[in-house]
Parts: sequence; structure tokens; C-alpha cells
Amino acid sequence: MIRFDNVSKRYPGGFEALGNVSFQLERGAQAFLTGHSGAGKSTLLKLVAMIERPTRGQVFVDGQNVSRLSRRRIPFLRRKIGFIFQNHHLLFDRTVFDNVALPLIIAGYRHQEIGRRARAALDKVGLLSKERLYPITLSGGEQQRVGIARAVVNKPLLLLADEPTGNLDPELSREIMNLFALFNQVGVTVLIASHDIALIEQLNHPVITLDHGHLLNPAGLSA
Amino acid sequence: MNHARSNRRRSPHHWSQSLRRRLSLQTWLLRHAQVAFDSLGRLYRSWVSSLMTAAVLGIALAMPASMYLLLDNLDRLSGSWDGQASLSVFLKAGVSEDAARTLANKVGNWPEIAAVTLITPAEALEEFGQHSGFADVLGALDKNPLPVVLLVTPGPGYSDALSAGKLQEKFRALAETELAQLDLEWVQRLAAMLDIARRGIEVISALLALAVLLVVGNTIRLEIQNRREEIVVTKLIGATNSFIRRPFLYSGIWYGVFGAGVAWLMVEISFWLLTGPVQQLTGLYQSNFTLQTLPLQLLLMLLGSGTILGLLGSWLAVGRHLSAIEPT
Ligand SMILES: Nc1ncnc2c1ncn2[C@@H]1O[C@H](COP(=O)(O)OP(=O)(O)OP(=O)(O)O)[C@@H](O)[C@H]1O
Ligand SMILES: [Mg+2]
Repeated sequence: MIRFDNVSKRYPGGFEALGNVSFQLERGAQAFLTGHSGAGKSTLLKLVAMIERPTRGQVFVDGQNVSRLSRRRIPFLRRKIGFIFQNHHLLFDRTVFDNVALPLIIAGYRHQEIGRRARAALDKVGLLSKERLYPITLSGGEQQRVGIARAVVNKPLLLLADEPTGNLDPELSREIMNLFALFNQVGVTVLIASHDIALIEQLNHPVITLDHGHLLNPAGLSA
Repeated sequence: MNHARSNRRRSPHHWSQSLRRRLSLQTWLLRHAQVAFDSLGRLYRSWVSSLMTAAVLGIALAMPASMYLLLDNLDRLSGSWDGQASLSVFLKAGVSEDAARTLANKVGNWPEIAAVTLITPAEALEEFGQHSGFADVLGALDKNPLPVVLLVTPGPGYSDALSAGKLQEKFRALAETELAQLDLEWVQRLAAMLDIARRGIEVISALLALAVLLVVGNTIRLEIQNRREEIVVTKLIGATNSFIRRPFLYSGIWYGVFGAGVAWLMVEISFWLLTGPVQQLTGLYQSNFTLQTLPLQLLLMLLGSGTILGLLGSWLAVGRHLSAIEPT
């Protein structure tokens, strides 16, 4: 589902966030992405969704060389991906429901379908009762769960989560991880960037470890 | 949509869903109506600034509209004089009254002439004396110096400026004619002036259209800046440029429509204020001329140009500023 071929990313300032990274994540797999702060986890996820473009190397998603994708086609790549952002990226002038419904509106679903799916997603993260509230009135953890609901509402092929449990207590973290596992069971490929070593060790999934932009365990995941 | 179909080949399971929700025309229209309505709601929520923008656009649109309307009225005014075009033919001093009468009978048969009135020197003298108080002076003359005059009224099909001019030429060619004076000349001059004014209004209209374009463009630019975060987020979750563009384009259209509405109100009110004085003035001239307010055609033109300029202005702003916003 995801393949990196000798990918390097150098930011405009000249800082090399990723150096020569190669790995492959099979369709339907679930893996963790870990590493110290600044190791390049977010950068790697952004390269998958073409939020950033690689400086060198090639990125394949769903068999498609996305590093060659024209700007016009990037939206359609992103619709295949549910992205849970480290900084939520919620719209604060819209209700929780409207935030979650946004990917469905973008994709052009019918009105009734939007309501049904958005509520189902909110129900999964336990926020159905707060659908009419504005994100600003929610706790950090609740905002994060709105972000998660928005990422999964579109039933994406691929779920990318950047620190999805950063603001959650251990119990909620486990619940969210169970939710991801549930998606994984129905065929969604899941890649989770996380610091939470304890949580990662509880779950028996492959781990990609980054250190200063370099892969520490290249053998671990390569096909 | 093409793209979606090409992807379906790669992952048939996922994209079969997209096939099911492929847009029919009806849902497409529905979605556009929804976006249009949302944009309207957004304008309503900040109605003070929306109203101010609409007022600025209204003034810019009202100016050419009222000038056209003024021109239209002047046109009709000069047109309404056409029916009363007349020709005064002064005959040579040597032409006797009898000869003049024969001539009057002859030209009275011309197809382009409705009526000929002969004014004898004696009649003319009397009328002249009555009106000017020169009776005594004229009485002191031993001979009536006034010539015979034929007052010619052209027939219904011949009262426009061109035909009346031809008729004038015809009279000039007669041996008995000293002077053939067309009472239509000022109408022709007015028409020429109106032509110049029309040209001027076209130039001013173009400039004001540019102003509308810039105002809408700038308003939309500010709106894009205000909604920057929203644009970034929607791009992040897969919105196409056309999806993001749509609400801004509708905002531009609404600004144009409301601007045209304000302009219409302004024109109606100012012409309503003018009606009284104009009626008084034309009453003095015993004319039944009435000031015409915005005809439907001009109203539609106003609405159409407002809409198109609004759309164009927002299109320019969106094209310039939207692509600059990319998530990182
Ligand atoms: N837009 C940017 N421009 C320049 N440098 C950047 C940019 N984004 C990230 N970096 C740099 O790239 C490096 C990797 O950043 P990244 O966000 O991928 O780290 P991370 O592993 O996600 O860290 P954290 O765990 O703190 O989120 C950092 O040193 C950061 O300073
Ligand atoms: Mg990060």
C-alpha cells in the first residue's frame, strides 16, 4: 500500500528531515512509526499524502507513484487517505458534526448519506452527544477524537495517524487503538506515528523506527 | 470524475462506491444551490460590511445606468419633436400672392407634404405687429417689406430629420424660394450631441465596470485571507480547487446581484425625485413628455452586468490567491 524508494526530504531551510528512507507497508497491514521528537515521523506521513513532496526518491501509494502526481490529482489521492493530524486541523467556526461531515461533502455524498455516516463516525469515537458543539468548547482529547472521526468517516483505504493518542488518557488511548484495529480488520491499512512506547509494546504490530531522518530497522518491514 | 474512473480499475472494490454516487445533473444542481445558499448566508451573517460593499458597487453601477436612462429620455424627447417638424419657405420678394398661391397648390400635391399654409405679407405684418410692438414702425414704412411665406408640414412618413432635410433641399431648388428653413435643425444638433454623449458614457461605463471588478476582487481577496485556515484544511482532506473556488465565486455573484439591486433603487429614487420638476417644465411647453423610469431591458442589463462583473472579479481574485495557499 505504501512504498518508499530511497526517499529524502530536505526542507527549504536546508534541513534534511528524511535521508534515504526505503520501506514497504503491505495492503491491509497495521504498523507503528516511532522515533524521537524531530526524527521525521510527521514528515514521512506528509510525504504519503503529498502534503510535502520528496526531494529525492519515489513514494508509491496504492500502486501509484504519487511523487509524480500533478497538483490537480492530489485531492483524489487524499480522499483515499484518512489523515489524523498532530495539530488536529479542525475548523473552529463549524460544529463538530460539520467538521466530521466535511470529507463527505467534498466527496459529493448525498445529504442523507452524509448525516448517517458522520453520526456513525462520531458514535465510534464516543462524541455523538456533542455533535452540535463547537470544537473550541471541547477538551484537547475530545478535539483529537473529532479529528479521528473526520479521518475515518470517508472509509479510507489508508489511515495515517500522527500522534493520535497524544492528548488522551491511557484508557481512551487503548479505546482509540482498538478502533484502529477494528478498521484494520476490515481491510484498512493503518500507519500510526507515536511516541507512546508503552502502548506500542502492548500491541503486536510492526514498528518503523526513525532516528534523525534515517530508518533504524530497515529489515523489519521490507518485503 | 475521469480520474475516479481510472482509479477504479486499480481498486475495483473501493471505487465501485464512487460509481454509485457519481453525480447526476440533479445532485450537481442541488449542490450548487446549496453552495449558493451558503454563500448568501455568509454574506448575511456579516451584513453590515456586505451592505457597504453592495452600496459601493451600487453607486458604480448606478452611474452608467442613470446616464443611459437620461440619454434614453433625451432621445425620446428629440424623437417626440420629430412629428412637429416643419419647414418655413420664404419666397422671393418678386413673387406675387397669386403666384404664391399657385405654388402652394402645386406643392400641396407632393406626396411628402401633409399641409401647406400660405401667409400673406399683410397677415405676417399684422401678426408681427401684434407680437413685437413694432406696429408703429412698420406702419411708417410705405411698402410692406415682408415676403410671402409657405408653412409646410411634412406628412407622417416624412417628418424624421433625414426626410425633412430632403424636403428642404427640394424647396431650395425651386426658383421662387428665397430661403427654406427647417425648424428641425436643433433636433439634429441635439441628436449629434447625444451621439457624443453616448460615446462618453461608454467610456465611463468601461471605467466603472473596471471599478466594480476591482472592488469585488479585493473583497473576495480579503475573504480568502480570512478563510485561509479553512482552505488549508479542506485541501488537506481532499478538496479540489473547483470545490474551494465555488463559494467564493458565488459570493462574487451575490455581490454583483446586490450591487445591481442597490443601483436600481438609486436610479429609481433619483428619477422619482426628478419627475415633479420635469413635469412642470414640460408642462410649460405644453408637451406631454413624461420621464421614463428604468425600462425592463435596462434593468436586465444592469442585473446581467452586475452578475457577470461580480463573477469575473471573484474569478480573478480566486485565480490569483487560492493557488498560493498550500498546506504544509
Ligand atoms: N516545514 C518545515 N520547514 C523546515 N523544517 C521543518 C519543517 N517541518 C519539519 N521540519 C523539521 O524537520 C524535522 C522533522 O520534523 P517532523 O515534524 O517530521 O518531526 P516529528 O518526528 O514528527 O517530531 P514530533 O515527534 O515532535 O512531532 C524537524 O527537525 C523539524 O524542525
Ligand atoms: Mg510530528
